Amino acid sequence: MAMTLKLNGATRDVDAEPGTPLLWVIRDELKLTGTKFGCGVASCGACTVHLDGEPVRSCQTYVEDVEGAEITTIEGLNSDVSTAVQQAWTELDVVQCGYCQSGQIMSAVGLLTENAQPTVEEIDSYMDGNACRCATYQRIRAAIQRASQIMEA
Amino acid sequence: MTLNTSRRGFLKGAAATAAVLYVGARPDGAIAAANAEGAMLNPFVKISSDGTVTAIIKHFEKGQGPATGLTTLIAEEMGVPIEDVAYEFAPSDAGIYNNLLFGPFQGTGGSTAMANSFMQYRQAGAAARDMLLQAAANAWNVEMVELSLEDGIIKGAGHEAHLAEFVGTAAQIAAPAEPRLKDPSEFKLIGNEAVRRKDTPPKINGTATYAMDLHLDNQMIALIAHSPRMGGLVAGFDDSDAKGIKGFIRATELPNKAGVAVFAENTWAALQAREALVVDWDFSAAEARSSDEIRDQLLAAVNADPEYNVTGTDQAQVAASIDSAATVLDETFYFPLLAHAPMEPLTCTIEATADGGVLLHDGCQMPTGPHMALSQILQLPMEKVQINTLFAGGSFGRRATPTADYQVEAALAFAVTDRTRPVKLVWTREDDITGGYYRPAFAHRVRVGLDEAGTIVGWDHRIAGQSIMKGTPFEDFAVHDGVDHSSIEGVPDSPYAIPGQFVGLTDVAKATTVLWWRSVGHTHTAYVMETMIDMAAKAAGRDPVAFRLALLKGGETDQARIAGVLQLAADKGGWGKAADGRTQGIAVHKSFGSYVAELVEISGNAHDGVQIEKVTCAVDCGIAVNPDVIKAQMEGGIGYGLGHAMRNEITLTEGAVDQSNFPDYEPLRIGDIGAIDVHIVPSAESPTGVGEPGTPPSAPALANAIAATGQRVTSLPMVNNGVSFS
Repeated sequence: MAMTLKLNGATRDVDAEPGTPLLWVIRDELKLTGTKFGCGVASCGACTVHLDGEPVRSCQTYVEDVEGAEITTIEGLNSDVSTAVQQAWTELDVVQCGYCQSGQIMSAVGLLTENAQPTVEEIDSYMDGNACRCATYQRIRAAIQRASQIMEA
Repeated sequence: MTLNTSRRGFLKGAAATAAVLYVGARPDGAIAAANAEGAMLNPFVKISSDGTVTAIIKHFEKGQGPATGLTTLIAEEMGVPIEDVAYEFAPSDAGIYNNLLFGPFQGTGGSTAMANSFMQYRQAGAAARDMLLQAAANAWNVEMVELSLEDGIIKGAGHEAHLAEFVGTAAQIAAPAEPRLKDPSEFKLIGNEAVRRKDTPPKINGTATYAMDLHLDNQMIALIAHSPRMGGLVAGFDDSDAKGIKGFIRATELPNKAGVAVFAENTWAALQAREALVVDWDFSAAEARSSDEIRDQLLAAVNADPEYNVTGTDQAQVAASIDSAATVLDETFYFPLLAHAPMEPLTCTIEATADGGVLLHDGCQMPTGPHMALSQILQLPMEKVQINTLFAGGSFGRRATPTADYQVEAALAFAVTDRTRPVKLVWTREDDITGGYYRPAFAHRVRVGLDEAGTIVGWDHRIAGQSIMKGTPFEDFAVHDGVDHSSIEGVPDSPYAIPGQFVGLTDVAKATTVLWWRSVGHTHTAYVMETMIDMAAKAAGRDPVAFRLALLKGGETDQARIAGVLQLAADKGGWGKAADGRTQGIAVHKSFGSYVAELVEISGNAHDGVQIEKVTCAVDCGIAVNPDVIKAQMEGGIGYGLGHAMRNEITLTEGAVDQSNFPDYEPLRIGDIGAIDVHIVPSAESPTGVGEPGTPPSAPALANAIAATGQRVTSLPMVNNGVSFS
C-alpha cells in the first residue's frame, strides 16, 4: 500500500502493508540502516527514532500510524542538541561495538531536548530502556553530562 | 632541498602515478614487501602514491578495539599521524592473517588480538618506514641513519619531504629482514591516552555497516524455523498460511533437517511468514531434559569421586588433612547456562561471485572456520570462497563457534536456492536466546581446612560441567589427558600459595550446545576461588586483602603482579574506608595473561535491595597500547560479569529453552552500576588481553560485598538465590 512519510525533513513515498513496524520500513524500504534491530519487542531501544521530536521504539510503531508525523532517524539529526551529543560521544569515545549507539544517541537527544541539565538519576531513569550489551553505560552517562555542558557554553 | 613537505603540496606537484607500497608477511612469517606490479594481495599495511596509509586489520572489530590498536602499531612505527591512517578489515587468508597464538587459523578470541599482533604489526610499520627512509636516502644521496620519519615527514641532512614522494621508489626496495623497532621511550602513540578510537565516527552517525545492515541488490531474506527443542529435526511442514503474505517467496527444508528456511523479499515478510509456518518436528533424538535435571547431575558429580585428578595430588591425603583441621569450610556452587546475547543478532549474507565462487559478508570472528565450512557445503575450492568482514555488533564469544553454526546455516539456505540471488540470513533475538551455544552450567564443591592460626592446610576442589573443547577442532589444543583446561583454568594454576590442593574434574554428558563465553572457564572458577578465599579470610579472622597478600609472597612474577593490582585497587578504592551504609567486597584474578582486581562498593543489603554504587578496578596487562580502550574494556567486562551474576540464566523445560528475549533475559541497565574507576599498572611487559579479564573478578567482588551484609551467595544468578537489587 502506498504511503507518504515525512522523514529527515524530506517526503518519502513508501510501499508498505499496514501493520508493518516503522523499523522495517526505515531499514528495508528506505535503506537507512543506522536505526537498528535488536529485539523487536521494544525492550532494547536500538531502534529508537524521533516522532515529532519524541523518542519512540520504531519496532513497535506501525507505519500507518506515523503518516504526517515528522520522523527523524540518526541520519537526520541536525540540531544544537544533537551536535553537542555527538561531540560528547566523540570526546569520550563512548562506543564499543556501537550497535546500540544510534538508539542511545536518539534517546540522549530526546532527554536533553526536554531537560538540558538532567541529574544522574534523571539520566538513569530516561535511558533505562536503552540496553548496551557492551555496558558502555558510564560513558553514556558522562557523555550526556558533557553534552549538557557543551549546550550551556 | 625538497620543499613539498605536505601531502597536499606533493600532490599538486607530482605526476599521478599508481605506485603502491605493500608491506606484509610471507606465510613463513618473514616480513615481505611488494609494489603494485608485484601485487601483494594480503599485506598488513599499504601506502598509496598519494601518501595514504592503510592498516589491514586481521582481527574483527566487535568493540574490543583492534581497529584502533593495530592501526596504532602501524602509525607508531611508521611515524605517521594516526588520524591520517585508514584501516580495512583483512580478507580470509589463514596463511598470512593467522592468529599467531592459534596456529594456522585466522581468528579472534581468548583476548589475543593485541598479544599476537604487537610485534608483527610493529615490524610491518617499521619495515615500511625503513624502506621509505632508504628511498629518500638514495634520492638525496645521504645515509639512511641521518633521516627520520615523523608526522609523515622525512627529514634530515638538510632535506625534508612528505613520505608520499618516495612511495614509488620505496616499493622497489627489498623489505628489511629486521627493521629497527622503536624503543619504548620513543613511543608517541603506544600508551597515549589521547589516541581516540578509529571506529567512533561511523558508529555515532549511523553510517557504520554491520552485517545486519548489508543490503545487496536482489537479495532474499532467509529466516530459519528452528526446532523448539534442541536437536529436533524437521518431519514436515505446511506453508499454506505463509503464501498469502506479500513478499513471501518460499519455504524449504534445510538439507540437514535442522530447520526450514523461509525466504522473503524483506525482513518483515520473512518474520510474518515464519510465524505462519507450521512445522512438524521429530523429537526422537532431541534433548528432553530440564535444566533442573542437569543441575542435579552436576551436583551429584561434585559429591562423588571425580573422573580426572587434575593436580595429581593424593586426594585421600588432602581430605585427611582437611578433616583434621581446626576449621573446615565446605561450600557447593552452581552456575547456570548463560546466553551471550550480543546486541546485533546473528546474521550474514552469501552471494555468488562472477568467478563461480561465493562471497560471505559477515561480522566474522573466525574466518578460517566458515571459510572451510562454506567450501565443503557449497562444494567449492577454498580459493573460490571469500569473506568480507564487517563490523560486528558484539560477540562475547558467540560469533566464534567451532561449528561455524550460523554461517553453515546460511550456506545450507543458499544451497537450496538456485544461487542466483544473494541470501541474507537473519536471526531474531528469539533465535539468539533460544538458539543454543551457551556458557555451560558448572558445579563446584570446595572443602578448605584451616589450622588454628588461620593458615590453609588443605583445599579439596571438585568441578563438574560440560567440556567446551571436546569434540571440536580445538580439542588437541585445549584438552590434555582428558582434562579440558577451559573447565578448570584459574583453579590449579591459582597464584595463591595453597598447600595441599587437590583439584578433580568430572565431565558430564552432552546436555546442550556449549561455547566459550566472555572469559570462558574463569566465569565460574574466579567466582569460586575468590569467594572461598574471602570465606577463608573471615574464618581466619583476617582482613580479606591482607589474607590474600599473605598468600602471594612466594616471589613468583605471577604473585607479584596479582598482588600489585590487588593493592592498587584497594588503595584507589579506599578499602576499609567505606562511607556509612556502604559495604565493600574485593576480588582479584589472572586470566588471558592479565591481572585484574576489582573492589565493589554497595549500599543496602540482600533482603532490602542491593545497589552497586562504585567499582574500582586495577589492571596489569603489560604495555598498555591504548589506555582508554583498556579502560573501556574493563568497564564493559565488569558490566557484563555483574549483569549476568545479578539476574541471568538460561533454563530448559523438557529440552526447550524457557527464555526468549530481553524481557526474560534482562540485560544490565544504565542504573545498575553507579560508577566504575579503572587504574592501569604501568608495565614494560608484553601486552596481554583486555577483552575478557575484566569479567572474572566482578561477580565474586560483588558476592563478597553482599556477604559482608550477611548473605553468602554460592549459586547464580543472585536474584534467584536470595538477593534483591534496588
